[in-house]
Amino acid sequence: MKLYLLIPFLPLAAFMINILLGKEVLRDKAHWPSILAVVGSFFITITSVLPEVMAGKVINEDLYTWIVSGTFNASVGFLIDPLTAVMLIVVTTCASLIHIYAVGYMHGDTGYYRFFAYMSLFTFCMLMLVMGNNFLQLYFGWEGVGLCSYFLIGYYFNKKSAADAGKKAFIVNRFGDFGFGIGVFMIFLTFGTLHYADVFANVSSIIGQKVNFLGWIVDLPTLIALLLFCGAVGKSAQIPLHVWLPDAMEGPTPVSALIHAATMVTAGVFLVARCNPIFNLSPVAMNVVAVIGALTMFFAATIAIVQNDIKRIIAYSTCSHLGYMFLACGVGAYAAGIFHLYTHAFFKALLFLAAGSVIHAVHTNDIQEMGGLKKYMPITYAVFVIAGLSAGGFPGLSGFFSKDEIIWSAYASGSAVGKFVWILALAGAFFTPFYTFRLIFLTFHGKYRGGHQEEHPGHGAHDSHGSHHGEHHIHESPKVMTIPLMLLAVGAVAAGWVGIPPLLGGGAHFAEFLKPVVGHPEFHGTHAEEWGVMALSTTLVMIGLGLSAFLYLRKTDLPEKIAKQFSIIYNILFHKYYIDELYHYTIIKPTLWIADKVIVAITDAKIIEGVVNGVPGAIGRFSQRLRKVQTGLAQHYGIFMAAGAFFIIALVLLLR
Amino acid sequence: MVPLSWYMILSMIVFTIGVFGFLSRRNIIIMFMSIELMLNAVNINLISLSHYLQDLRGQILAFFVIAVAASEAAIGLAIVIALFRNKATAHVDEVKEMQG
Repeated sequence: MKLYLLIPFLPLAAFMINILLGKEVLRDKAHWPSILAVVGSFFITITSVLPEVMAGKVINEDLYTWIVSGTFNASVGFLIDPLTAVMLIVVTTCASLIHIYAVGYMHGDTGYYRFFAYMSLFTFCMLMLVMGNNFLQLYFGWEGVGLCSYFLIGYYFNKKSAADAGKKAFIVNRFGDFGFGIGVFMIFLTFGTLHYADVFANVSSIIGQKVNFLGWIVDLPTLIALLLFCGAVGKSAQIPLHVWLPDAMEGPTPVSALIHAATMVTAGVFLVARCNPIFNLSPVAMNVVAVIGALTMFFAATIAIVQNDIKRIIAYSTCSHLGYMFLACGVGAYAAGIFHLYTHAFFKALLFLAAGSVIHAVHTNDIQEMGGLKKYMPITYAVFVIAGLSAGGFPGLSGFFSKDEIIWSAYASGSAVGKFVWILALAGAFFTPFYTFRLIFLTFHGKYRGGHQEEHPGHGAHDSHGSHHGEHHIHESPKVMTIPLMLLAVGAVAAGWVGIPPLLGGGAHFAEFLKPVVGHPEFHGTHAEEWGVMALSTTLVMIGLGLSAFLYLRKTDLPEKIAKQFSIIYNILFHKYYIDELYHYTIIKPTLWIADKVIVAITDAKIIEGVVNGVPGAIGRFSQRLRKVQTGLAQHYGIFMAAGAFFIIALVLLLR
Repeated sequence: MVPLSWYMILSMIVFTIGVFGFLSRRNIIIMFMSIELMLNAVNINLISLSHYLQDLRGQILAFFVIAVAASEAAIGLAIVIALFRNKATAHVDEVKEMQG
């Protein structure tokens, strides 16, 4: 029995146990199968898979061939190479810690077993996604994590906003998955196979080929790369399909941490890195990836600086950091992108879980109603600051090394697009610590501003509960929640130390580890330039931190004055550039109008009802006439019998 | 001996009279008489053929036909009596419940 097979199948078993037995049998012990499964996967990864991969072994095996049709093989297979190993570490570590945290966070909730069942199913699908060795399994895992995201965002299904958010996430993802699906079809049509090994070995055969796509002649590698990128745009919440991620915060905080920070949304980056042989053939596609990543990063950061919901700020931060990762992949530095994925998982999950700790204590998401919490929740405050410094790119912490790698790669890529995205990346380096520390200062420093709401009947969701507790009821979270926080904080600090660049004396072990899979980009820059870029970005980080401290610690009335002064800009940012309203009026309303006026009124009421009612009606009218043959008089029947007999005998005699 | 065809023509004529009587009379008793006419026409055919072909099987079959005709008449008259008790008429064109 191959040990690596247990990694995805343990969580699958936990899902089956929880969904079948959870409601009646396990009830509030439902966390045990899930936690044992995911921690088991973690141990197998660390003790068995990781040492083998680090020793250079690559596993590429098909477990079960599902379809054999001519030369087409659709199979369940596993590919474990350095890239998979990094993703496995990210997924299993974050999933284990978040599962343990969720025991405390979801304590007492009525759907407890359902939560852990879906978390296990999600872990299974994500592991199948990253361990797959063919595009079909990737697509299966892709759709599976989207489905679990829908289940978990809409976990509090009684709340309309949560149910709507779940639908929105799934539908927006579907837009991206449509392009992704067509991309997979194109790969099959071009290469005749869906296995990575075969596709990437033959990828040089399509250089320069052109195809006719919907009437336009386009370059084949560019087409395939862009179609695959559509899926990544949807899944990783890049512009223009980013709209689902802030609404996804309706789900419980452990869900936001696991799915919308550490794992699912990073599947897009994983896809681009995995398909780097295809992307490398198409400069156009790589520029598109870099520009969209950079624009999303900038765009999301500017929105984050004016939001007031603690989870939405972190959600936009995730969106922005994902933009960084795509920026890196777009300029060819896939290893830097994956490195940032790896460090980001730790500090972003930590940010979310610490925010959950805060929400658990004060029962509200609005940071304008918090303040002064650092004396009540010291552990949460400490890990929040560590995560914030790491996210912002403070020197020495893990986020610094990964971010700096990306910024340097953008500068040193040597192209005009590279310089453009570098400028945006620098802007991001300023904004990220600014909004992160705005969040920290408004939540933990100053005076407590909350506790003025009216009584809220019933328990309801954690995420929007008016607090009728006074200030004196705020307490630190239980150990089952704070211990994962502290472990993640260790990761947020130290996880990046495997990738310290040579400039600072490290061995760049991470990039070396990934080199067989993603290659190494060419750097057009001198050591002096590298120091200069690092100094510039660090300075911007410090300026962002300092400005944030100034505005939110010292002169706390200044932000409001600035908002009033520049109210137009403030409103645009606060309403997220009105993109949701734009989509509502241009896409949703016409679709609903067509559904109402065309589909229901015409095709359903007139055409289908016409057939369904018309055919029986016609048959009825015909039979009304036909039944007049039945006169009820035996002699008429006798005539028919005699005539029939006569004709048959005549026929027989004539045909003799 | 007269030629066989004379007997067969006779049987044909009687059978035709029986068919017309069955199809066009209103009174149920007349219809039964027509049925008997048809059966007897068949009997004439059978007997004459049996005599001219010197094969006894025709006459045996005629016995069967006579027996069946008798029992069918008995049952039919029983039905007529039941019908008359319910509908107080012996005219078949007034029994139209199965119409439509």
